Amino acid sequence: MKPEGSVKTVIILEIILPIALLVFGIYHGVLQVLYRAGIIRDVSFLGIEYYQGLTLHGVINAIVFTTFLIVAFGNIMFWYLLKKPLRASVQWVSFALMLIGTSMAAWAMFTGKANVLYTFYPPLLAHWTFYLGAALLIIGSIIPLFFDWLPNYVAWKRENPDKKVPIGVYGIFVNHIMWVIMIVPVVIEILFQLLPLSLGIVEEINPSLARTLFWAFGHPVVYFWLLPAYAMLYQILPKLVSEKGALFSDGAARLAFILFLIFSFPVGLHHQFTEPGITNSYKLIHALFTFGVAIPSFLTAFSVAASLEYSIKAQYPHLRDSLFAWWTKIPYVSTQGDKWVVSYYMAGLFMFLIGGITGIINASYNLNLVVHNTAWVPAHFHTTVGGLVTLVFLGMSLFFLARLTGKEVKLKGLAVLAPWLWLIGFAIFNVAYSLAGVEGMPRRTNMGLSYSNPDSPIFAMDWMPEAIAGAIGGTVAGIGFVFFLVSFVATLLSPKTKEETLEFPVALAYHDEKMPALQKLTPWVVFSCILFLVSYIPPIYDVAKRGVFFDSPGYNDKSPIPVTKPQSAKEQGENKEVSIK
Amino acid sequence: MLGELEKSEKAALSIAVGFLLFFFGLLVYAAKGMNIDVPTCITDVKPFTEGRIIQHSPDRYEVHYLAYMWAFDPMEIELPRGATVDFYLTSKDVIHGVHIEKTNVNMMAIPGTVAYARYTFTKPGEYRVICHEYCGIGHQDMMAKIIVK
Repeated sequence: MKPEGSVKTVIILEIILPIALLVFGIYHGVLQVLYRAGIIRDVSFLGIEYYQGLTLHGVINAIVFTTFLIVAFGNIMFWYLLKKPLRASVQWVSFALMLIGTSMAAWAMFTGKANVLYTFYPPLLAHWTFYLGAALLIIGSIIPLFFDWLPNYVAWKRENPDKKVPIGVYGIFVNHIMWVIMIVPVVIEILFQLLPLSLGIVEEINPSLARTLFWAFGHPVVYFWLLPAYAMLYQILPKLVSEKGALFSDGAARLAFILFLIFSFPVGLHHQFTEPGITNSYKLIHALFTFGVAIPSFLTAFSVAASLEYSIKAQYPHLRDSLFAWWTKIPYVSTQGDKWVVSYYMAGLFMFLIGGITGIINASYNLNLVVHNTAWVPAHFHTTVGGLVTLVFLGMSLFFLARLTGKEVKLKGLAVLAPWLWLIGFAIFNVAYSLAGVEGMPRRTNMGLSYSNPDSPIFAMDWMPEAIAGAIGGTVAGIGFVFFLVSFVATLLSPKTKEETLEFPVALAYHDEKMPALQKLTPWVVFSCILFLVSYIPPIYDVAKRGVFFDSPGYNDKSPIPVTKPQSAKEQGENKEVSIK
Repeated sequence: MLGELEKSEKAALSIAVGFLLFFFGLLVYAAKGMNIDVPTCITDVKPFTEGRIIQHSPDRYEVHYLAYMWAFDPMEIELPRGATVDFYLTSKDVIHGVHIEKTNVNMMAIPGTVAYARYTFTKPGEYRVICHEYCGIGHQDMMAKIIVK
């Protein structure tokens, strides 16, 4: 199937732009571990401050890189699997909004006007362009769902009343519906709290409410990053590992997506276990739901392993009775045909195994007291979003770029080694930072100036081995990315050798369960929204009415003097409020 | 609906659910049975504007930690071995955090609110009190100390 029209150009741009930005994001990631190991002992390096670089690292890698590629992958899956053309005008508007939003936020970050990290907790305040930019990026990313994917989905259903949509489309569709639901709280936070405060329209806001709204978005968003990877694991991976590959069970895959749709939302309080102002029983309920959201990941782990086993054994009948020997036939490092991209999936899956387990520890209510905001937390999410998600996204971006531009993947050897270097690097990083976290090393801290600096009065000798091991791990992973980048750029610059195509291997299901209840999405979406709302009414009431005594003015990162209201006025306000309560 | 799934898949699903429920049961037991609980809202203590150390009896203390850019008040506390301390925490400006290393005391300091935790120091030594939430350019130096003798 040949991609016609300018939609192809949009998709190619949606792949190249995030990879180009990721160069800055990963550069600042490598710098993080160098600062933290005391190798860089300064407030800034090459004109960019530590916390400015940390903001760039988080925003680019976790928000910009993921959002652009999820839209690009969604476009490709819908276009090819439903065989219905996408609308050029819709795609250009979506891309333009995302580009303008990203540029605004990038300007604020690169000029040091938004040193607020990617969680942008008020009362620390960024320039208004940062918040508006984030909002535009988000709005641009939902446009294809409403004006391209949804109409195509409905039309396809009408033409094929007895058929199920392909699992890839199903996953992408459920995921983007989740995206629309989860952005509501953060858009409220931006429109009613952060933008008014940064523009000087209001002088004070409630920071606890802002955090609660942020995490109502901030945890579901990790599933928004993860599910496109799952969709491609189900739809594409089995066919890549062997010609006779198949998805073990279609029903289990769809059930996993529906379970994510239900359990992804009532979970945000597990980021706020250590927070005042919220009643403990609500935190415990969110902990229970977070355990619930682990179920579809367990289900996926089983489905993917079963699919790999079935696919390999279908091709090598003599291994049919083997328990472990079939493992050796997975093309972990193969440059043959499309098999190079399997290395990205497999390295990612191994990393996700660790990420899943450490994630359950994080969600474990009182156990979280040991690890909250320590180095343990970045150790965890660099094996999830920084592991499976990043690797599948990198691999598939090169995979689709080559097809859409009619080129051969160049320097496949480097491309195949990249994910394994990434895995080795992050395995070292993960062990080092997990141990350091349990010993109390904080995350998000320029340790080169204090804990890792022998000249500082608070030099922490006991954390140095882990800090240095973390620097080694981070650097190895960074070299892995350079390997990928060289192959990506070489492919992009190579001459066109064949017809452009949208085609990709499509795995069919071995067990194709009907499960009619999973084919109609509306009731599940409604149920999910209600659960989201109900699970958040009590904590929102807590932080808005019961647990918070007064609002706060905004601050910038350089000074303890508020920027939105004079200090004296603030203290008077405080006294008055407290006496009323 | 689940009946349609393959036998091994049903087994995997049941094992996963069983494990998670077992873990959750342990957490609830730790929280309610052993009193290892997370901080909660203290509506009877108003946000304060200065730190305090109050000794109620030879081994009972109350500490009011005020976090601000970029230090704690008080910066150093000396306690006798075996002292039980009620920690109250608030912030004067932006969001900070407190993690007393080697303990379960781990709280966010949010302006306008008060967090609470109790801990008994049975082991002598120096405990770092670390600000673990990014709070601006001076965040990395924000560390207080508790010395247990």
